[in-house]
Amino acid sequence: MSNISKAFENGKAFIAFITCGDPDIETTKAVVKAAVDNGADLIELGIPFSDPTAEGPVIQGANLRALSGGITTDKVFVLVKELRKDIDTPMVFMTYANVVFSYGAEAFIKTCREIGIDGMIIPDLPFEEKEEFSGLCHQYDVALVSLIAPTSENRIAMIAKEAEGFLYIVSSLGVTGMRSEIKTDLASIVKVVRENTDIPCAIGFGISTPEQAKKMADISDGAIVGSAIIKLIEKHGKDAPRYVGEYVKCMKDALR
Amino acid sequence: MTNQNGRFGIHGGQYIPETLMNAVIELEEAYNHYKNDSEFNKELTELFNEYAGRPSRLYYAEKMTKDLGGAKIYLKREDLNHTGAHKINNVLGQALLAKKMGKTRLIAETGAGQHGVATATAAALMGMECVVFMGEEDTKRQALNVYRMRLLGADVIPVKTGTATLKDAVSEAMREWTSRIADTHYCLGSVMGPHPFPTIVRDFQAVISKETKEQMLEKEGRLPDAVIACVGGGSNAIGSFYHFIEDKDVRLIGCEAAGRGVDTFETAATIATGKVGIFHGMKSYFCQDKFGQIAPVYSISAGLDYPGIGPEHAYLHDIGRAEYVSITDEEAVNAFEYLAKTEGIIPAIESAHAVAYAMKLAPTLSSDKIIAITISGRGDKDCAAIARYRGEDIHE
Repeated sequence: MSNISKAFENGKAFIAFITCGDPDIETTKAVVKAAVDNGADLIELGIPFSDPTAEGPVIQGANLRALSGGITTDKVFVLVKELRKDIDTPMVFMTYANVVFSYGAEAFIKTCREIGIDGMIIPDLPFEEKEEFSGLCHQYDVALVSLIAPTSENRIAMIAKEAEGFLYIVSSLGVTGMRSEIKTDLASIVKVVRENTDIPCAIGFGISTPEQAKKMADISDGAIVGSAIIKLIEKHGKDAPRYVGEYVKCMKDALR
Repeated sequence: MTNQNGRFGIHGGQYIPETLMNAVIELEEAYNHYKNDSEFNKELTELFNEYAGRPSRLYYAEKMTKDLGGAKIYLKREDLNHTGAHKINNVLGQALLAKKMGKTRLIAETGAGQHGVATATAAALMGMECVVFMGEEDTKRQALNVYRMRLLGADVIPVKTGTATLKDAVSEAMREWTSRIADTHYCLGSVMGPHPFPTIVRDFQAVISKETKEQMLEKEGRLPDAVIACVGGGSNAIGSFYHFIEDKDVRLIGCEAAGRGVDTFETAATIATGKVGIFHGMKSYFCQDKFGQIAPVYSISAGLDYPGIGPEHAYLHDIGRAEYVSITDEEAVNAFEYLAKTEGIIPAIESAHAVAYAMKLAPTLSSDKIIAITISGRGDKDCAAIARYRGEDIHE
């Protein structure tokens, strides 16, 4: 059984997204620890990409700051190794297909297993292309997490049947970023998911307040928050860990 | 040449967010239906001929031929199309298809502005809304085209992210499409992006080689020895090559933008300096660093200033069917001026890359050889930038 399932054993899961190296590696390390100490059940570590086509302006900015700060895939691997000395919370990578492909898919995925990365989320790798990495992911026991979108409709069952780790349900059309209101009929998406898999599902994109998180977690197994955390890092820089910790606590409390 | 999921050898595919998958599937189904629909093809041919001014001329460049003293040179005059470039071929096809699909809004990316102008034109003609994403850097290089798009009723959105050029405009158009799919068609301007775009755009641009072949047979009674076209994403090149791919004796030569040179960091020559990667929905060659970060590319030509190349070109390169060469800014500017003075034709700076290579190749061939150069667009839009390059500041 995947380590990821542990994330869903403490009630509804709170999943935190953090861009590695924004604004520097030491801050990322401290932010991850603060999030874990305050109840984050799963950490999504973003490996920056120069052209993140699925991201809104907030996470685009984080990618840019991190790359300007000199982050590389190798440095991210070292960061994870160090984090794993202190924390055993499930961690997955969130990055773009070219970051994995250009590193050499086998070298990348093998390293994931060695350093304790439990899965990867690749937003530009839909169901039709997942064979690009899925064989290696199975070989090295790294879950290839699939996404379901508001436009997936007739595709939901097909994707859910082959899901691994957890299912990432995209709440709204468009890119990542905070939204005042989420209008998609997510309950009916989750219903089809449940009919086709026992894998847990969490909802992300546009969630920033405890009320939104609770509402999303009520109809699924957890809530994923990225841009709201990145905004705190953008605002507070090296002092961000404390603020991220407080925020995560408040969000997780809403889910308990 | 396309198989399941739009592969060209290892290249192509559909590397896009799940949010867009049903949209590209819907597009593929609609295209497969309409491409063989006689009514659709009749309407498109009428638009090509009556509105865009096709067929475009295949012109014997006699002065240039004599001056270079080698192969006989023909120019395929896509610059004479309505809106001044080959871009209109693809746009009329996609706009008509979008209309049949019930879409009411077109979005597009643009580099030099030619594709944006063509899309704005088709949208005006067909009564559709139009939004064009253009790198902020390019809006400055091509201010006149920004005005033309707005005059045609389009919204032009300057893109400030990344290098503020074509690749960022593509990324932003993709982001916009994920946020609004139901009424919106993404009118992609080159043979790139996720399947089915590379195939659809190629098919609409293939009218170029279909005509070149017929016209050449009529004028010379035989096929050309070489077909030369410039390559950014590669739409005019694939259109120029397509009907000659099976004619193995015809050399197919794509001219990439070397910028300040392929041994500098200021280049956009993807085949010469890139490696295989996955970006903008496709597997193909991309300029990138060792960790897969897409490289900031450079060319004097906004239309060739792109870090990738269409997947079918990548495949034609892999199997050795087409050759890809690099042309520097300096060589392109010289060719731009040369064609103006020799034939009285001002080519787009993009097309001047193809002219530049022909100027090297023609003198090495005997006079019984024939070269066809695609002049993909006209150069009026480039005059101010070329003047600047030569140290002269003129107001547009």
